[in-house]
Order: sequence, then C-alpha cells, then structure tokens
Amino acid sequence: MSASSVSEPHLATKVMISMTHVEKWYGAFKALSDINLSVRQGERIVLCGPSGSGKSTLIRCINHLEAYQKGRIHVGGILLTDASSTINSIRREVGMVFQQFNLFPHLTVMQNCMLAPMRSLGLGKAEAATTARKYLDRVRILEQAEKYPAQLSGGQQQRVAIARALCMRPRVMLFDEPTSALDPEMVKEVLDTMIGLAEDGMTMICVTHEMGFARQVADRVIFMASGSIVEEAPPAQFFSNPTHERTKKFLGDILRKH
Amino acid sequence: MGHDEFLFLLAGLKWTIGLSVIGFICGGISGLGVALARTSGNPVLERVMKGYIALFQGTPLLMQLFVVYYGLALIGLKLDAWVAVSIGFTLHASAYLGEIWRGSIDAVPRGQTEAAEALSLTYLPRMRDVILPQALRISLPATIGFLVQLIKGTSLASIVGFVELTRAGNIISNQIFQPLLVFGIVGCLYFIICWPLSLFGTHLERQFATSTR
Ligand SMILES: Nc1ncnc2c1ncn2[C@@H]1O[C@H](COP(=O)(O)OP(=O)(O)O)[C@@H](O)[C@H]1O
Ligand SMILES: [Mg+2]
Repeated sequence: MSASSVSEPHLATKVMISMTHVEKWYGAFKALSDINLSVRQGERIVLCGPSGSGKSTLIRCINHLEAYQKGRIHVGGILLTDASSTINSIRREVGMVFQQFNLFPHLTVMQNCMLAPMRSLGLGKAEAATTARKYLDRVRILEQAEKYPAQLSGGQQQRVAIARALCMRPRVMLFDEPTSALDPEMVKEVLDTMIGLAEDGMTMICVTHEMGFARQVADRVIFMASGSIVEEAPPAQFFSNPTHERTKKFLGDILRKH
Repeated sequence: MGHDEFLFLLAGLKWTIGLSVIGFICGGISGLGVALARTSGNPVLERVMKGYIALFQGTPLLMQLFVVYYGLALIGLKLDAWVAVSIGFTLHASAYLGEIWRGSIDAVPRGQTEAAEALSLTYLPRMRDVILPQALRISLPATIGFLVQLIKGTSLASIVGFVELTRAGNIISNQIFQPLLVFGIVGCLYFIICWPLSLFGTHLERQFATSTR
C-alpha cells in the first residue's frame, strides 16, 4: 500500500505506537479504561465515537499533553514516562493538529513554521526557512508565508498548522477533529491535505467524524464509547457490518446528521 | 517665583522620574519573576507569591515605604534615603506588576501552551517566544495604568525626607509663600508626564479591543 511497505518490508511491520492496558483518570473520573492499541508504521487509524467518549484524551496521552496513570505507552519503541527528557524526545517524533488550529497569532506563517525546528531541533535559520517553505508549498499555501494567521481563512490556518507540525519531520501525526471548527466549504481542502499525507506513507491517527475520509484512507476505524475501545475494524467492515449495538447507533446518528 | 526656584522644582521632577524608572524597571524584572512563579504550577511557590502580592496590595504604599525605610535602619542597614525608597517602590511595583502579568499569562489561551508543548518546545522558549509576547500585549493597558499610579505614588517618598517633585514644591512654597502658584506648577508637571501615558494606555486598549474582535 504505502511506498515504504514495498521498498522497506522490514519497516512495514514495525510498531510505531503501542498502548497496553492504559488507564487515564481526571481526579475520580476514569476517562480511559484498559486501552489496548497498536499502530504500525505507515498505518492510518480513524478514531470516532460520541462526544466525551475519550477520543481526545486518548491521542493526547500519546504525546503526553495528558498524563496517564496505568498501563504503558510506547512511541517509536520508547516507553513514555513522566520524565521531561523522554516526553520531549517523543514530542519531537509526534506532530499534532488541533481542532482550533492553535497557530501563534503574533508570528507570521513562516515564523510559526520555523520556531520549533530552531528552538527544539536546533536547526539554523536558513535551514529552518528552507524546511518551512518546503512544507508550506506542500500544503499549497507558500504564497501566504508572510501573513499573520488572523489574515487567513480557517481552512488556510489549518493547513498552516499541518505544515507547522510537518516541519518537525515527525514520524507520527495526530489529528484531533481537524475539520470540526471549519466552515463546510473549507473542509475539503484540509481533508485533501491529509489524504496527501496518508498517500505519502505518514503514520496517522485521526479523530474525525468525516466518514468519507475514513472510507478512503483508513486502514482501521476504531470506535470508542465511555472511555473504552468498543470496536475496531477495517472501514469496509466497520461501516457495512458493525457488530456492536453502540456502533450501529452511532453510525445511524452520524449518517442522519450528514 | 524666580528662575532658581523653578530649576529647583525641575531637579525634584528629575528625582520623581528617576524613582519611577527605577521602581518600574526593577519592579518589572522582579515582577516578571513573581508572575512566572505564580504560574509555575509549583504549589508552594504559588502560595508564597500569592501571599506577597496580597500583602503589598492590601497595605498602603506609604506604610510600605515607612516599613522599608525605618525597618531596614532598625536591623542596622544604614541606607541612603533614595536607596531605601527605591527598594520600597521595587517591592511595591513587583507585587502589582506580578499580579497584572500573572493575569495576562493566564489570559493567553490554553491551546497556545498545548501547541507549543506538542512541538516539543521546553519551558524557556515556550514562555519567551510564545506565551510572554502575547501576555505582554494583553497586559499593556493595565501595565501603563500602573506606571501612571507609580509616578504619582512617588510623591509619598517625600514623607521619608526624599526630595522629589512634591517635596521640592513644599520647600519652595515655604520659601516664597505662594503655595497655590507653586503647587499649581507642580501639578502641571505631573500632568504633563502622566496624561500622555494615560492616553497611550487608552489608545492601546481600544486598539486591542478592535483587533481581537
Ligand atoms: N481536563 C479535564 N478534566 C476533567 N475531565 C475532563 C478533562 N478533559 C476531558 N474530561 C472528560 O473526559 C471525558 C473524555 O473527554 P474527551 O477525551 O475530550 O472526549 P472526546 O474527545 O471524545 O469528546 C469527558 O467526559 C470529559 O468531560
Ligand atoms: Mg475531543
């Protein structure tokens, strides 16, 4: 499927992310219970489920925006602990795109993309600029490089956010409802960018309710409810033949809305 | 009022400005420390700084100056009036600026910190390059407002014998027996400094309100 699985078969089976028996508590509230998930290099996972089911919490544990209390998370073979050096080295490998874009409003598009490579990878200014231009071009927004985020549309901002994450040359990309805050006419440009990434072999976990996207690019669709993984299947099977009652109800609700 | 008397007032003005600048710069530097400590996530540090801020916001500036001036003398530190007064103003300003900036740091959306963290930015670059520039912008109107208060507050330094603008006015007035004229001029001098600052603060506030819509 992906280019790397053809040229480097030994990498195709490499596990990029593994979560075993992960539990996450917000005080006395159990947000994740017994999460077991393994994502191989180049795999594309779509994570869906009702609001409050723990989708954001799950992917935010992977780059330690949230701490987890039980179980183990490995990213690229490294055990994610509470040690800041471990957290930082894992964050260098894991890019994240947020629902609200979270671009830095006081910096230009170019500066948004150059900041982290310079400050956390130690790239020089020229090198960081070259990288930034490369990825801004890839998300087709290079001509806006000198503008500030507020001067761009939502779709453009989200594409910049994707480019900013890519500038760190991550091995995994996490997307948390990247199109939910967008006007309908801008959803496609962001999804197309994500599809392009998927075609290039990026390992991706996407929280999204865009079922067309899931059908097109996902290797597996995971359905969560109440902090647990309820069902996990390739998209064809997931949509046509869901096994659990809650999945069926969720899919019914989603289809009614769209 | 003669030329010499007016020059004497200007000399006083020089000390008023000097004291304000010292209080603002030293208070600004340690106020930044206070603000960072207040937002550090370390409960002990946050509690201590909260207490410090409460103490200095809950007592009159004049009393703070007395305590520093006589307190330091009492424990055997014989300091120049201007050093003692500078210390007093620095402590005062760092409590107020620390609280203003703490509020501004908290007002920067949480997503900014999260985006910076997700990009593997550690505390120092995260604060310096992402959070503080935005917090500073948010805090500018309040910061300038406090600076105006600080300038006017320097008149209290006269009580402990420091000859700034108000004290200079007092001395001249006692010499030439024209208090209304002298203090009229003194008031004008304060106004000339404070009013443009206030205007600038209001201007920034308005600009900020329109740009965040
Ligand atoms: N910071 C937090 N503190 C307390 N509870 C939280 C926090 N963040 C999320 N939760 C709770 O955890 C559950 C899962 O939230 P989340 O992962 O955001 O769900 P989803 O992304 O699937 O909508 C929800 O019930 C939510 O209220
Ligand atoms: Mg969510």
